[in-house]
Amino acid sequence: MSAAATPVEDGASLLARARRRLAGDRPARAGMAILALLALACLLGPFLTGHPYDRLHYDYPATRPSLSLYPRPDAVRPALDRLALRMRVRAEDVAVTPEAVRLTLVADKPVDPRVLTFFARSDTFGEARILGRAEDGRRLTVEAPLRRLRFLAGTDTLGRDLLTRTLVAGRLSLALGLLATAVALGIGVAYGALAGTLGGRIDAAMMRLVDILYSLPFVFFVIMLVVFFGRSVALIFVAVGAVEWLDMARIVRAEAQAIRRRDYVRAAEALGLSTAAILRRHVVPNLLGPVVAFAALMVPRVILLESFLSFLGLGVQEPATSWGVLIADGARSLESAPWMLVVPAGFLVSTLLALTLLGERLRVALDVRA
Amino acid sequence: MSLLALRGLTVRYERAGVTALDGLDLDLARGETLALVGESGSGKSQVALAVTGLLPPQARVSGSVRFDGTELTGLKRPALDRIRGARIGLVFQEPMTALDPLFTVGHQIALPLRAHRGMSRRQAAARAGELLGLVGLRDAAARLSAFPHELSGGERQRVMIAMALAGEPDLLIADEPTTALDVTVQAQILALLADLKERLGLALLFITHDLRLVRRIAERTAVLRAGRLVETGPTGRLFSDPQAPETRDLLAAEPAGRKGPVPEGAPVVLEARGVSVAYPGPRRWLRADAPRLAVAGIDLTLRAGQTLGIVGESGSGKSSLGRAVLRLEPAAHGLVRFEDRDLTGLDRASLRPLRRGFQPVFQDPMGSLSPRLTAGEIVAEGLRVHEPHLSAADRDARAAEAFREVRLDPAWRHRFPHAFSGGQRQRIAIARALALRPRLVVLDEPTSALDRTVQRDIVALLRDLQVAHGLAYLFISHDLAVVRALADTVLVLRDGRAVERGPTDSVLERPREAYTRALVAAADLAQA
Repeated sequence: MSAAATPVEDGASLLARARRRLAGDRPARAGMAILALLALACLLGPFLTGHPYDRLHYDYPATRPSLSLYPRPDAVRPALDRLALRMRVRAEDVAVTPEAVRLTLVADKPVDPRVLTFFARSDTFGEARILGRAEDGRRLTVEAPLRRLRFLAGTDTLGRDLLTRTLVAGRLSLALGLLATAVALGIGVAYGALAGTLGGRIDAAMMRLVDILYSLPFVFFVIMLVVFFGRSVALIFVAVGAVEWLDMARIVRAEAQAIRRRDYVRAAEALGLSTAAILRRHVVPNLLGPVVAFAALMVPRVILLESFLSFLGLGVQEPATSWGVLIADGARSLESAPWMLVVPAGFLVSTLLALTLLGERLRVALDVRA
Repeated sequence: MSLLALRGLTVRYERAGVTALDGLDLDLARGETLALVGESGSGKSQVALAVTGLLPPQARVSGSVRFDGTELTGLKRPALDRIRGARIGLVFQEPMTALDPLFTVGHQIALPLRAHRGMSRRQAAARAGELLGLVGLRDAAARLSAFPHELSGGERQRVMIAMALAGEPDLLIADEPTTALDVTVQAQILALLADLKERLGLALLFITHDLRLVRRIAERTAVLRAGRLVETGPTGRLFSDPQAPETRDLLAAEPAGRKGPVPEGAPVVLEARGVSVAYPGPRRWLRADAPRLAVAGIDLTLRAGQTLGIVGESGSGKSSLGRAVLRLEPAAHGLVRFEDRDLTGLDRASLRPLRRGFQPVFQDPMGSLSPRLTAGEIVAEGLRVHEPHLSAADRDARAAEAFREVRLDPAWRHRFPHAFSGGQRQRIAIARALALRPRLVVLDEPTSALDRTVQRDIVALLRDLQVAHGLAYLFISHDLAVVRALADTVLVLRDGRAVERGPTDSVLERPREAYTRALVAAADLAQA
């Protein structure tokens, strides 16, 4: 009988099978595509929006998202008047074209050409050129190009482009969410499975350590870290990772304890398998279901935990930002500028949905019964 | 007119493509007992669920279920609830999971009384006490405040029956009510059901896989296979003159034959002296309660090719003894010699290389196979440890060989355990043990979770393997029929102590001790 030649649908070990099933699974592929797209946008997007993420636009605070170009034609005149006031001149004979503005600056004394730097410093105009002088320099005809700007996702209260900021923030948040979760997953699963499988005094000692770490106030712990190592982004990773694995270890340990009592573990022991082999081959594969589900939920939690740290001044500092910080800011200006909440929250929610979808499909792919 | 009438009852699970019941016609008169017999998967429990409206939502039901003139299929909640629980009582197989562990049994019995009969709290409690007395629970009034875990399996089943009787039903449906119980308790519960039926004029629908029980209790018997009724008739006639081949197959499923004698001068494989297992008592503040002795000083000797049957009720320490012999029980003491090695005092690491010589097979074929390894990986796993020089292909070949040896198609070794039936899984578990070519196999109730016909095949397989490899078996079972077919000698355990031991035939035919006699009587062994 040539058994090996018989094609069987499920003729592979668990991991190979799960990989193949995921690759052929439409929702899983959608989830992976969304995540890849988000990551790519965060990496490359800020170069394409045309705005530096930290550039303030004093003329456009809390501008709503739109496709149209700024400045709007009717906004040019008020902007000019404000500028003229600061230059202590009067603006006359104003002619606005879509590309530029031409006007005459009038004052009682000769106009100092250096005031023209005000144009370049504003958000509405570019470098001004002098076209002609009259009346001993008391009338100065100048032309300034309009600075044409587009804020697809609007701006924040300081007039910074929200899309650029959200994408830049995504770099930190995604990296933090995925890396910290991966670290917590690795440590938590190893630690919890070991404690649950060994049982007895070792288990008790290992879990008491977890309890002790749990009881350390998180903020106190982070402040200590900051005192010793100074403030840095890497520190957030350490702090979040050090806390999040505790939950994972507890869940995994409870699961491992139940698995340890199963007959197949007893049979494996009777076969002479070492504890490490029992852990690797019997305990860990069988507790993956709840772990995957929990890990998918841990990512958004980590992202929001970071915003809490940043709020306390222990995380990222302005002008650098993260989704958590943007969402916290957005929540404060919800009434006046709802897009400040909606845009970063939209990114976070898409990430979350993609991850949950992926986690659920991964759980199904790992389930041999499905 | 019959009390319960099924006409063309069909239950389909569209998504799974399974027809659980296929055009079933059945009648049950008032005061009559009808036994519904079939193997697992025959659809017998679906009947109970269909009658009580407890089928899962994805089930498609057609045909008719008439109870005392009322059509039950398609009946909505409030109307249905006036019938089930009140006029139809239901008793499940597993009394531990059917009772809520957080409430006292008195509270749980009182619930249907207050719901269906509108009794006050006080009246319901009084009636619950009466009901517990009715089902023969000793010290009934005091037991009202007991929690389910404080009762034994038999007592819990009595509570379940009391709950089913609370609404004073006309029909009692008992779905494998004694399967989870010891034989002696089984006999008591059967007697109770028969007595209640007599006194209360109940109609009883008794669902079981075990034909031996049917003879004691049912007037009529219906045999189901694959959702179809294959035969129905008076119980006596069915046993004396079965018509359908399926019925004959069920009747012949009792394991038959005897084991051949052990060859003279066979080497001693296992020798155990004074094996005890003491579980630490529950820990209290600053002190622990006295340890509980599960096995107390048992001696064993087992030769190659010999089978020692270990018999006893649940809690007698059979399984603890098996684990102690395998050195899987950390709480065990005493001397264990395997062949020429003394296993006493060896730590886990030094035991590991020796373990291939003695292998276990466990009771539950669901729980003893790692669900996320393929059957082939499971069978070949021990080879990774004991013959690490084998390549993956060699291991696979050895797994295929072990599959053939337990008469499974080797092509199936790439499937995961859930794709196999209970009997097939048990074969995989046996193949896992055999792949290491052990000299001793400890079989802990290997046939108890299986249907009778499957049991017969496993018994035959075990017997053949023993002859082919000269294996020594330590065969742990509560099922005397299987023990009689397999064992040379029998050891009867009670509360961890050896009550009686000797050659199988003399112990089972002429038991000396009262306890053994009770076991034998309850098992109701057919003459073979």
